[in-house]
Amino acid sequence: MSEVALRTVPQAEARLPPRIGERQVATVLIGLLGLILVVIIALPLWVLLSKSVQDSNGGFVGLRNFAIYFSTPTLFASLFNSIAVAALTTCIVVPLAFAYAYALTRTLMPAKSFFYAAALLPIFAPSLLSALSLLYIFGNQGFLKWALMGASVYGPIGIVIAEVLYCFPHALLILVTALSLSDGRLYEAAAALDTTPQRVFRTITLPGARYGIISAAFVVFTLVVTDFGIPKVIGGQFNVLATDAYKQVVGQQNFPMGAVVGMILLVPAVLAFAVDRLVQRKQVALLSSRAVPYEPKPAPARDLAFLIYATIVGGLIVATYGMAVWASFITYWPYNLSLTLKNYIFENAEPTGWGSYFNSLKMAALAAVIGTAVVFTGAYLIEKLKVFPFGRGFAQFLAMLPMAVPGLVLGLGYVFFFNAPWNPLNVLYGTLTVLVVNTIAHFYTVAHITATTALKQIDAEFEAVSASLKVPFWRTFSRVTVPICMPAILDIAVYMFVNALTTVSSVIFLYGANTKLASIAIVHMDESGTVAAAAAMATVIMATAIAARLLHLLLDRLVFERLQAWRRR
Amino acid sequence: MTEPPFLRIEGLSKRFGAFTALKGIDLEVRRGEFVCFLGPSGCGKTTLLRAIAGLDPQEEGVIEIAGRDVSRAPPAARDFGIVFQSYALFPNLTVAQNVGYGLVNRRKGAAEIRRRVDELLALVGLPEQHKKHPVQLSGGQQQRVALARALATAPNLLLLDEPLSALDAKVRVRLREEIRALQKRLGVTTVMVTHDQEEALAMADRIVVMNHGVIEQVGTPAEIYRAPASAFVADFVGAMSFLDAVVAGPKALRTGALDLVCRDDRGLPTGTLVRLGLRPEEIRVRGVMPGDLNAVRVEVENLEFLGPFCRARLKPEVETAGPLVADFSANLMRDLDVAEGRRLLIALPPEALRVFAPPPGVPGQQA
Repeated sequence: MSEVALRTVPQAEARLPPRIGERQVATVLIGLLGLILVVIIALPLWVLLSKSVQDSNGGFVGLRNFAIYFSTPTLFASLFNSIAVAALTTCIVVPLAFAYAYALTRTLMPAKSFFYAAALLPIFAPSLLSALSLLYIFGNQGFLKWALMGASVYGPIGIVIAEVLYCFPHALLILVTALSLSDGRLYEAAAALDTTPQRVFRTITLPGARYGIISAAFVVFTLVVTDFGIPKVIGGQFNVLATDAYKQVVGQQNFPMGAVVGMILLVPAVLAFAVDRLVQRKQVALLSSRAVPYEPKPAPARDLAFLIYATIVGGLIVATYGMAVWASFITYWPYNLSLTLKNYIFENAEPTGWGSYFNSLKMAALAAVIGTAVVFTGAYLIEKLKVFPFGRGFAQFLAMLPMAVPGLVLGLGYVFFFNAPWNPLNVLYGTLTVLVVNTIAHFYTVAHITATTALKQIDAEFEAVSASLKVPFWRTFSRVTVPICMPAILDIAVYMFVNALTTVSSVIFLYGANTKLASIAIVHMDESGTVAAAAAMATVIMATAIAARLLHLLLDRLVFERLQAWRRR
Repeated sequence: MTEPPFLRIEGLSKRFGAFTALKGIDLEVRRGEFVCFLGPSGCGKTTLLRAIAGLDPQEEGVIEIAGRDVSRAPPAARDFGIVFQSYALFPNLTVAQNVGYGLVNRRKGAAEIRRRVDELLALVGLPEQHKKHPVQLSGGQQQRVALARALATAPNLLLLDEPLSALDAKVRVRLREEIRALQKRLGVTTVMVTHDQEEALAMADRIVVMNHGVIEQVGTPAEIYRAPASAFVADFVGAMSFLDAVVAGPKALRTGALDLVCRDDRGLPTGTLVRLGLRPEEIRVRGVMPGDLNAVRVEVENLEFLGPFCRARLKPEVETAGPLVADFSANLMRDLDVAEGRRLLIALPPEALRVFAPPPGVPGQQA
């Protein structure tokens, strides 16, 4: 009897044509995504490129600006300075971070997660916070000034130390991943063949992590070359590319020359991006799906040695950042060390006062919410819908592009694009909107990769099943895809939020009278000599970023564990 | 048969870049029929199924479902249910929500949906599991839910993409019987993709054997097994041993120094190089007398124990192009005291000798 019902009930309905053309909707959405990415990424970069081959009046001059750049010793010197500082920092950071990552992944050192967290601290602060700390430690009033033996911390020494601290977690994250991807069976085979530890390290550990090392080196190099905050605070008379670009555009209003510096800044970043892509493909191929993860065995001497090492390195990082926090509570360094909150009355140091912090909060929250929605929906359209392959390929290309573009360069592109008289969008210049858009574009790629990875892990046939059940894809997107990917979506939101709070380089060109951000206020307070207030503002930002991350962890633990009961057996 | 075919495919071709996945596929499936696409991986069977569903549209060719041309229609306009090897159940929804997924969209009342979900879960043998999530079910149970979900909207065509391949051997056998019984009861036209010949033989009304993007043969399981159209089909469906041979005259073959009589030489002229195929279970051992037709003296070279029977490699005493393969039941092994090195007199029945064209690259005529 039930079979009769089964065969007859929806017969009539099955003949109905679908109500809305899903393919048309999908095509329009993908087109829209492409358009958004063109406006927020491609066009600003294109305008920057064309600016670099124009004179101040907009006439085409070919490569003349580049010729001027390379024949002006003062400009050319900063290119050399940037490369020297970046190379030195890379040579220091990568071995230090490798040993630290080794301690975290290949030993049985106690309190690993504590040491991991300690080393990640710099990620939650604007880059220039480490430079501010160094001012207190090695500066003219610094308590360790004698340790520099007469040399000044203002200049290459200060830049390199500050960059080492700032870049350490970025290198560490890559190297921890590289060292975690190891096949334990290789070590068992080596042990069975009675191989010495030195030989195991040389023939298995290092080759296994070599792509991670290469990738970390390029990432650090690029971070240093394109970082603006640290050389701005502690560079003194030592010019580098990033500060040059700022001076050309903000100081001298020489836009073509600013564009040239931007184009030169693009070179190491694009190179690093290309190497990273190449290396990642090989890294994945290195590890078969049958690999057994490596489990370190107890070795008390080794574990103790690495514990001491991690305590020193992790301790130095925490101490440096702690120094800035402490200094922000001190009445008058170094003469009156009594604690006070007066440095937190920002109105005394800078006209916008706390307003810039609330601007930052608002901007970061908007970037997190809008950015996450756009990035995740975009990644879904690119990854899961089968229509409009050209559009999806184009959008994928643009989504990967920001990784190869330093913030400062993107910021310059935004200045030229959103400030241009011919651009109808120029009403946005100086508004919070343009800051939000710029921040989303700046951090698009990492968020996009996170979303894509999460989407790739879910069954590829959900869309096919929905289509067979005549359920439109947007319904499956909201009812199934988004709930499943909630952890990744939260990750993206926190990533956007933290980076929006701490970024300086790209927004420094874009803020308006009413939209100054906290990170920019720090630069201005440092410029005007109220270093304690600058440290205080940086502390507030760092505290906010850490709070956001902790809240994320807590949410993950308490709320989502319960909501996502379906993940457990 | 006067009824028009339920599913009709004509001249269907599909390329992926330079690779031709399907070329010139013609196929008709009757209403209520259970058809299996069988072939090795990469033969185009899944591609053909996905073209029928509209998930990977073809470049050329026509697809008609129930007399309606759906060649360019999106999947949602085609009226089918589909089950995948991966189950593709929505992990965050309960069993009942999964089964009712396609019903919610049809402006049905909650009570009506609940009744239909109950009915479907009972149908696939999973009553009382409504509130569970997919991870709490075994693989076989998950695939039942997927089946119920595919049947929920009462589609007129059911597509099964290797639905049993991810399951344990025992579960696979039980579920394949249940799917077949359910399909017969509902009478829903079904197309199943599989690379498992046993599954195809057990379930299908008709089997479509595919290789390199073309259909090698279409037929009932018995036709495919007994009268394979090509050496590929013979080799892929069931076991078969092959010997290079030459046509020695009408219904006469010679392999090496051994002369044999066959029933069907396919009208090939004398001197044609052919491949001679023989199923292991068709070799006769009991009661063979010297002088019988196609009687051959052999030595048991090797025995492979396979549980209910042994697979034997037999070396003829006269020179041949290779050894013969035969399956001996446990009974026969005992009765004839078969062991390695033992000599036997066997017969190759003429109707069991199948003549195929030689593989490409071998010249057609002997010098």
